[in-house]
Amino acid sequence: MTNIAAGVEGSNPLLNIGIFALFVVITLVIVFRASRNTKTASDYYAAGRAFTGPQNGIAISGDYLSAASFLGIAGAIAINGYDGFLYSIGFLVAWLVALLLVAELLRNTGKFTMGDVLAFRMKQRPVRAAAATSTLAVSFFYLLAQMAGAGGLVALLLGVESGFAQAVVIAVVGIIMIAYVLIGGMKGTTWVQIIKAALLIVGALAITLWVLGKYNFNFSSLLQAAVDKAGKAGETLLGPGKQYGATGTSKLDFFSLGIALVLGTAGLPHVLMRFYTVPTARDARRSVVWAIGLIGLFYLFTLVLGYGAGALVGPDAIKKAPGGVNSAAPLLALELGGPVLLGLISAIAFATILAVVAGLTITASASFAHDVYANVVKRGKTSPDSEVKVARITAVVIGIVAIGGGILANGQNVAFLVALAFAVAASANLPTILYSLFWKRFNTQGALWSIYGGLAITVVLIVFSPAVSGKSTSMIKGADFAWFPLSNPGIVSIPAAFILGWLGTVLSKEHDEKKYAEMEVRSLTGAGAEKAVVH
Amino acid sequence: MSTTDTGGGPPDTSETIWERAHESTEFRELRSRLRRFVFPMTAVFLVWYLLYVLLADYAHGFMSTKVFGNINVGLIFGLLQFVSTFVITGLYVRYANRKLDPVAEKIREDIEGDSAKEQA
Repeated sequence: MTNIAAGVEGSNPLLNIGIFALFVVITLVIVFRASRNTKTASDYYAAGRAFTGPQNGIAISGDYLSAASFLGIAGAIAINGYDGFLYSIGFLVAWLVALLLVAELLRNTGKFTMGDVLAFRMKQRPVRAAAATSTLAVSFFYLLAQMAGAGGLVALLLGVESGFAQAVVIAVVGIIMIAYVLIGGMKGTTWVQIIKAALLIVGALAITLWVLGKYNFNFSSLLQAAVDKAGKAGETLLGPGKQYGATGTSKLDFFSLGIALVLGTAGLPHVLMRFYTVPTARDARRSVVWAIGLIGLFYLFTLVLGYGAGALVGPDAIKKAPGGVNSAAPLLALELGGPVLLGLISAIAFATILAVVAGLTITASASFAHDVYANVVKRGKTSPDSEVKVARITAVVIGIVAIGGGILANGQNVAFLVALAFAVAASANLPTILYSLFWKRFNTQGALWSIYGGLAITVVLIVFSPAVSGKSTSMIKGADFAWFPLSNPGIVSIPAAFILGWLGTVLSKEHDEKKYAEMEVRSLTGAGAEKAVVH
Repeated sequence: MSTTDTGGGPPDTSETIWERAHESTEFRELRSRLRRFVFPMTAVFLVWYLLYVLLADYAHGFMSTKVFGNINVGLIFGLLQFVSTFVITGLYVRYANRKLDPVAEKIREDIEGDSAKEQA
C-alpha cells in the first residue's frame, strides 16, 4: 500500500464518505441497543454467550476477512495471477485445524481468554502472563497493519492527499472503533462484524456474478481475457511461480509462509475468543462450519474478482493507480458500476477495517484485564465489575496506541506485519494450545518455553530478515542488518516452539494429574462449562 | 466469585467426580473415538495441503499443464483443496453428531447430576 496522493479517477469522495457515514450511524444505533444488556463480565467479554452458531460463524468470517484478504488477495490475483490464489487456500484450509482440534475443546474449558485454557492445569500467574504477552503481541502487530492500511485506503478512496488529513482520518477510524468497543462490548462488536460480513459477502457475490455474466459464465474465457489484457507475460498469470518462483530462497520463503498460514489461524487470539460467545461446544462447531462455508465462498469470489480486475482494468492500470495492488477491487467496481458501486465497495472496505480493529481491541483488552490484572496482579481477588472497568480503560489505551502507531506506520510496507502476526500465532500459541489440550505430561515450564520461545524466535528472525532491512522493499531502507534469508520465519520458528515445549516439559517434574483429569473431562464433555446468560 | 474459579462446586468433592469420570469406560471410549477421528484426519489434510503447496512451489510445469480451455492442473488442484476442506468439515460434523455428542451428553449429565447430589 502506498501513500500516493489523489484518489481514483471517477471516484466521488463525498459519495464514498456519505455511504460510509451511513454504515457508521446504523451500526452505532445497533451497538447502543445491544449495550443495554451489557452488565456483567460475561456480557462484556463473551456477549453473554448468547449468540447462535450461525450468527457467530458469520461474525468469525467478518473478523477473519480483513481488508488484507479482500483488497490484498484480489489485487495479488490481478497482478500475480495464480500466486495470489495460494494465499486464500492456506487461509481456508487453516480452519480445519480450528474445527478438528481447537474450537470445541477450548469452548468447553475456558471462560474468556486463551489464558484460561493454557493456565487451567498449570501455575496460574506465570502462564497467564505468558498467554497475555503473546495475545497482546499478535493483536498489536495485526492492529498496526490494519490501521496503517486505513491510511493508504483513504488516499485511494477519498482523495485525501496530505499526511495530516490522512492522520485525521486514521484518528477518526480509531475513535469510532473505541466507541463500538466501550459501548457495545463483545455483543456490539459481534453485531458490527455480522453486518460487515453480510455486506462484504453480498457485495463480492454481486460483482462476481457481474464479471462472470460479461463472459457468459465461462471462467475459461475470463482467464483468456485476463491473459490478453496483460500483454506479453499474460500466460504466466495462469500458473504458479510469478511471485515466488524466482529463486530457491523465494520458493522456500513461500513454503514457510504456507505453513504459517495453515497453522496460524487456530492460534489467533481474536478468533479463539469468538468461540466463547456461543452457549455450547456444539454451537462452537456450528460456528466453524458456517465460517468455513462463508470464507471458502468468499475466496472463490476473490478468484473471479482478481482475474476480473486483471481482465477489465488491467495490471498496468492497477499498478499505476494510487494504492497500487490494493486498488484492484475498487477499480473493478468503478469499471462495472460507476461511482456508486465504487462508493459502496469503499464503504465496505472501511467497515472491514473498523470491524476487524474493534475485534482485535476487545480481545487485547480482555486478555489484559482478565489474565494480567485480575489473575496476575490481583491474584484472582477482584470483582468482575472492576475487571470490566480495567478492560474498558485498556481498550481506550489500546485504541490510542493503535491510532498513534497507525499514523506513524502510514505509508510503510506493512504486509509483513500480518505475516508476523500469523507466524507468532502459529509459533507461540498453537503448540502451547495443542500440548495443553492433548498431552497429559505437559506442564508450566513447557508452556512458558513454547510461548516465550516461539514469540522471541519469531520476532528476532523477522527483525533480521529482508522484510525489515537490506532490500528495496524493506521497511527500513538504506540499512542492511539482515542475516536470516526468509521473510517468513514459520519454517524455523514453529518446529522450534514445538521442540521447546517438549523440552521444557520433560526437564521439569511438575505435573498435576488431578487437574489434567478434570480438564480432559471438561474439554471433551462440556460438563461444568460456562452457560449462556439469560436476560 | 473469584475469576480463577472454574465452577463446579467445592474442589475436594468435585475433583473426585472428575477423576471418577476420567477413569470410566464411557469416557475412555469418548476420548478414543475423538482421537481416532481427528488425529488421522488432521494428518490427511495437512499432508494433502503440503503436497499442494510443494507442487505449486516446485512443479510449475506440471501445475501449468492445461486440462481444458484455460483451466490448468494447478487451478483444479487448488479448487480440490476447497472441496476437500468442505468434505472433511461435513464428515466431522456427521461423525461428531452421531458418535461423540450422545456419549459426551451422557457423561455430562452424570457428572452434573452427581455434583448436584453431593452438594445437596
